[in-house]
Amino acid sequence: MNTNSAVAVSNLTKSFDELVAVHNISFQVKKGELFGFLGPNAAGKTTTIRMLTGVIKPDEGTASIFGYDILREGLKTKQLMGIVPEMANAYVDLSAWNNIMLIGELYGVPKKERQERAKKFLKEFGLYERRNHLVKGFSKGMKQKLLLCMALINEPQILFLDEPTSGLDVESQRLIKDMIREFNKSGTTVFLTTHNMEEANQLCDRVAIINHGRIAAIDSPEKLRMRSSGLQSIDVSFDKTIGTNDLSKIQGVREVKKMGDKMRLSVDEMSIVLDRLVDFARSKKLRIIALNTLAPTLEDVFLKLVKESEEGDTF
Amino acid sequence: MKDYLYLEQFRRSFAIVKKNIRIYYSKGPVIIFGLIVPFFLFLSFYIGRNMPAEALIPGLLGMTAFFTATSVGPAIVPWEARAKTLERLVSSPISMWAIFLGDVFSSFLFGVIFSLFPIMIGWFIGVEIVNPLILGFAIILATFCFASFSILLSAYPPTDNPAGVMMLSSMIKFPLVFISGIFIPIEEMPLWGKTISSISPLTYFTDLARYSIQGQSYYPIALDFTVLVAFTILFLVTAIKIHERTMQKRL
Repeated sequence: MNTNSAVAVSNLTKSFDELVAVHNISFQVKKGELFGFLGPNAAGKTTTIRMLTGVIKPDEGTASIFGYDILREGLKTKQLMGIVPEMANAYVDLSAWNNIMLIGELYGVPKKERQERAKKFLKEFGLYERRNHLVKGFSKGMKQKLLLCMALINEPQILFLDEPTSGLDVESQRLIKDMIREFNKSGTTVFLTTHNMEEANQLCDRVAIINHGRIAAIDSPEKLRMRSSGLQSIDVSFDKTIGTNDLSKIQGVREVKKMGDKMRLSVDEMSIVLDRLVDFARSKKLRIIALNTLAPTLEDVFLKLVKESEEGDTF
Repeated sequence: MKDYLYLEQFRRSFAIVKKNIRIYYSKGPVIIFGLIVPFFLFLSFYIGRNMPAEALIPGLLGMTAFFTATSVGPAIVPWEARAKTLERLVSSPISMWAIFLGDVFSSFLFGVIFSLFPIMIGWFIGVEIVNPLILGFAIILATFCFASFSILLSAYPPTDNPAGVMMLSSMIKFPLVFISGIFIPIEEMPLWGKTISSISPLTYFTDLARYSIQGQSYYPIALDFTVLVAFTILFLVTAIKIHERTMQKRL
């Protein structure tokens, strides 16, 4: 057991009839980390989170939360978690206040503490004035904020958030993201699933990219961008016109595209190709007028890895 | 430590009770199948039949306790599966048995509260309760037994259709009322009727109610209590086991 791990997953597999939703995945989330689980729809993100939170049982493999096995010590692992599921599932026939009190009682939070915390969170999320209203009258954004209040009532050591900002207006998204950062800063480990690349990029220390139930890559957003071969590019323009064929002969250049008066070179290793490009210009007596290096966006990396994993599946 | 955990889980089951009281006591199917339908069924049988009040109240009490204590339980799990709140409960640190014990307690309380009405009606029309202590114990035990039976009714098949479960449970509950000595006293039944009536837990409660009000019972009251305890354990354990097995199919 790695004592530094908040989540340790080993060879987890889950099938629904013929469909393998999660296939033999393994990863670790460090204590205090904000970990993103990134993937397209039906990639296996929600199935993974539902296994880790004890809703469904894995077919194979093991997982532990802060060292407690999710199957053998389910109650202990659940006691440490706060959960915002994908589907808004607060009790619509209860008030916001009673929903929070219910969850507080289920986690064994003493009455005074749960009332103080509920008051604090409802105020922070701007729901305090509506605390006695039935949830059936709440908007999606309000429900989502309430789910976060419910998830936080036990002061969890780890927060599982399944698409927490999906379908929300910009203001609500920003508020929820700010709160997630805040809780993470105070030491809470966060496990976040999203299909929003920008969200993962803004929030996460590390991301795992999952597609068709398999993990395609795990790293920090920046490292994923940097290590993605073929996705880095250089925009260059010379004082004289030059054909794409000449540039494509430079070693390490994968592809050359003419873009207006510039040439875009897709490259494997940025620094090596830059040296070779300067040598090339000298040898051809060309003057470089403009040169820009372009790192891939996380979206580029994501699409590439998803495409690769899909190609892998077909073989 | 283990004792503490069990005690803590038992305590958490009362959060389920509070939630159920707030949500399900006022649900349409619970009111219709638990109160209105049995009330009119009872009226249709007794109006125009010159029965002494002492004979009427035990039957009314039996029906009320049975229908009310079994009206909340079957609705809860399918309702929560459909509303996706069941997932919220399952992911909380509460054992499956504590969730269902909470459901049983909320059905039990509903049954006990409404069982007081026939007793009050009897009191207004001058029906004397000969053995109030026996009646009190009988109501508590029987409503707990019926409440346990009620969660068994929603255990299989694992559906998320509350109306379907309520209909199905009514198909089981109504025949039980007819064979349990409510409309026809057990002593007046033929042998085959007596045999069938012995498989219904309601028979033993109606017998205890008659003993408490009319001073006479068909079975010895110790047997009535013993059988009710046995039925309670059987229903509770079976219901929790089946729910545990089928829960994954609901999520």
